[in-house]
Amino acid sequence: MFTSTERRQPGATVRRRAQSAVIAGLWSGALVVAGLTLTAWVAAPAKAAPAAPAAQGAKAVQVAASGSSTPIKAPPGIGRDATPAELGAWDIDVRPDFKGLPKGQGSVADGQKLFDARCASCHGTFGESNEVFNPLVGGTTADDIKTGHVASLRGNNQPVRTTLMKVDTVSTMWDYIRRAMPWNAPRSLTPDEVYAVTAYILNLGEIVPADFVLSDKNIGDVQKLMPNRNGMTRAHGMWRVGDKPDTHNKACMQDCPEAGIVTSALPAYARDAHGDLAAQNRVVGPVRGVDTKLPPLSGTAAQNASVRKTAALATLGMASPDAPAQTATATSPAATLADKNGCLACHGVTDKKIGPAFSEVAAKYHGQSNATEILAAKIRAGGAGNWGSMPMPPQSQVAEADVRTMVDWILRGAH
Amino acid sequence: MLADATKREETGVSDNASRAGRLRRAPENFVDGTLAADIARDGLNPSRRGFLQRSFLAAGAALASGAAFAADAPGGSAGAGDPMILTPRPWATSLGQPVAARPYGAPSKFEANLQRRQSPGLTQTAQASVAFTPLQGLFGIITPSGLHFERHHQGWQEIDPTQHRLMVHGLVRESKVYTMDDIMRLPSVSRMHFIECGANTGMEWGNAAVPTVQYTHGMLSCCEFTGVPLSVLLDDVGADTRRGKFVLAEGGDGSGMTRTISMEAALSDVLVAWGMNGEMLRPENGYPLRLVVPGVQGVSWVKWLRRIKVGDAPWNTKDETSHYVDLMPDGQHRQYTSIQECKSVITSPSGGQALLDRGYFNVTGLAWSGRGRIKRVDVSTDGGKSWRAARLESPVLPKCLTRFNFDWQWDGSPALLQSRAVDETGFVQPRYRQLREVRGTKSIYHNNAIQTWQVATNGEVTNVHVD
Repeated sequence: MFTSTERRQPGATVRRRAQSAVIAGLWSGALVVAGLTLTAWVAAPAKAAPAAPAAQGAKAVQVAASGSSTPIKAPPGIGRDATPAELGAWDIDVRPDFKGLPKGQGSVADGQKLFDARCASCHGTFGESNEVFNPLVGGTTADDIKTGHVASLRGNNQPVRTTLMKVDTVSTMWDYIRRAMPWNAPRSLTPDEVYAVTAYILNLGEIVPADFVLSDKNIGDVQKLMPNRNGMTRAHGMWRVGDKPDTHNKACMQDCPEAGIVTSALPAYARDAHGDLAAQNRVVGPVRGVDTKLPPLSGTAAQNASVRKTAALATLGMASPDAPAQTATATSPAATLADKNGCLACHGVTDKKIGPAFSEVAAKYHGQSNATEILAAKIRAGGAGNWGSMPMPPQSQVAEADVRTMVDWILRGAH
Repeated sequence: MLADATKREETGVSDNASRAGRLRRAPENFVDGTLAADIARDGLNPSRRGFLQRSFLAAGAALASGAAFAADAPGGSAGAGDPMILTPRPWATSLGQPVAARPYGAPSKFEANLQRRQSPGLTQTAQASVAFTPLQGLFGIITPSGLHFERHHQGWQEIDPTQHRLMVHGLVRESKVYTMDDIMRLPSVSRMHFIECGANTGMEWGNAAVPTVQYTHGMLSCCEFTGVPLSVLLDDVGADTRRGKFVLAEGGDGSGMTRTISMEAALSDVLVAWGMNGEMLRPENGYPLRLVVPGVQGVSWVKWLRRIKVGDAPWNTKDETSHYVDLMPDGQHRQYTSIQECKSVITSPSGGQALLDRGYFNVTGLAWSGRGRIKRVDVSTDGGKSWRAARLESPVLPKCLTRFNFDWQWDGSPALLQSRAVDETGFVQPRYRQLREVRGTKSIYHNNAIQTWQVATNGEVTNVHVD
């Protein structure tokens, strides 16, 4: 910092000379700021240099933490002690050694009821759906339970990797279901309910039998049956800065072997899969975005320049072409509510997703005098069987006025 | 000062001209005597009026041919010159907007095309999804706050900072709670660092899959973050750094994102940050508090940070077992693959862009390493047969983006543009073949291979892979 004093002088001089003019004074202030920033850039690398990968000692740690040779410390008296009740409320994590796991139990049968009501809308009745999230269940065998390695991870016979194929510790499932599920109403399950849902998922994966009751007493035994319990390795070079990498390229400069051969290219049919690229680039500069609504132009770049420029200019002000849900959100308060409450995760405005499109719902209830009441009740209590096998979870957390706003909007075709 | 000047004018001080440093007042009678007499005698007679009108029509004809001139005849041979110069522009001939007409500012409407964007079909829900930074249009190394990439696991929340709390507990002498008032009183530092999602470029593991650098590399941003070093907080609670080999960071949102971080990293350069590019964090980037874990994949930079727990073993949380694990060809998952290894990409010209003419191009891009500083970046225009060193622009900071520039004369023939970064540990960014030989093609995460952009004779740039 001492070296910066000298560099600050010119700026300060400018400021003194211009004291009578307000605008000039502001400008010199900017010069001082710019000077300090540049000085910090110049000074920082030299001082922080000991923090290179090899230096992991306590001294280097202190240097890196403070950016100078004097470590900074918290002044006394800031913050306060956490109370036991506060710790109890937030200290909910569960580790692989089951530290943090609360007492309780839940049966597969109870778990099935909960799963159908609260989880199946995203994960499918058997936890195998790939509609909203990756499937929970599938791809594991009885042999995997014996070995603790999921064999299908080695082959190409599984189109997607399921949770039970990957997760190695049952504590992980328990912790995550408790902290973050159901997706639209996190932390609404009691510990016993979490035990029950976990037991049901384990049963779907044929890890525990249908009459199983999972509890804090037997969860350690279940851990010994997790299909991928031996499937993780930490022996790699990517956890700590000083670890050894596993690729070893060399910086060849001339006549480099096996170069220049294109092995993969974007297929022609994917040309417009990400929308009109002319609308995703600037309208000035040495390049323009490609107009992907049209096939590639023939001729040279210069011959096509005016077409490219005109196409790019025409895109200004266009809405994002790849996000219809976002467009709806921007134009309607009801759509914002539907997005916020997760409705758009399962219902498209005009396209069927896991549930019917809102336009289909509007058509079905068109002209019914009590349509508003029926739909409001369905949103609050959930429903099943009207649009296929997938149940809709209850949305009791949504305010009544918001439910009305969304129902009115849905019945108008969600426009 | 203004009042003084007005006063003098009112009193009609006449000796200003003789004082040094005073401006002479404009003369009242600037029309010379002969002309004044002429106008007084004849007025603007019909022949004079006709002359003025003909001049006006001639100017109009130049305006009508202006569009063609602007687009295609930069040489000016079509007429007297560019109407953008010859015809007064509205912004030069009218009153502009007052200060603070946009109190928080916004980009020009002509920049509307540069936005964060989702990749269609990548995820089924917008709450557990990604919005990519438009790297193709950015300059320097700092990502504008409004374009910082987003990746959420359960939707973003706007948390009232007066209601936010941070708890630090576990293997500590004293479990503590801090309000935002408390945290922002603590001594702070500001550092520039890149943040990259572990899945950045993940769609490209097997083959070329997406068209532009926004989608291949746009889960990457770089900002100046301001906050208190985590080491200061750990010291304040008396953390047992001998038994406590790890910390758990937890978010305050619905997903309660939890990540294990080694004590070694926690004590080196991790920040508990509230500032980003001179303003508070944006809500979608963790307002009011997030963890900054330099060099480490973005999922560990826990947003809406509410809890730090010191422990003696890793937690093996959901995003440490069923996501953010790298599947190897032998069926084993690599776990806690945190460091973002040395990587680079050319951002302009890049996929989905079209070169407008042959001749000079400034090939520019970004390089970064989770292990420290960038030492060198090489650029190839022939798909890796030959390379030349690019210019590294300052600053070159550890675990931060570095901008590189490279002079290129395009002769109009097909070209394959590549960049290859080397960091201060000597690590050279790998080729696709080298990466796949070790890790197969199912890893999803941590693809840092050399990117190739193919330039066609029509100027169009596309995404391809070169082994």
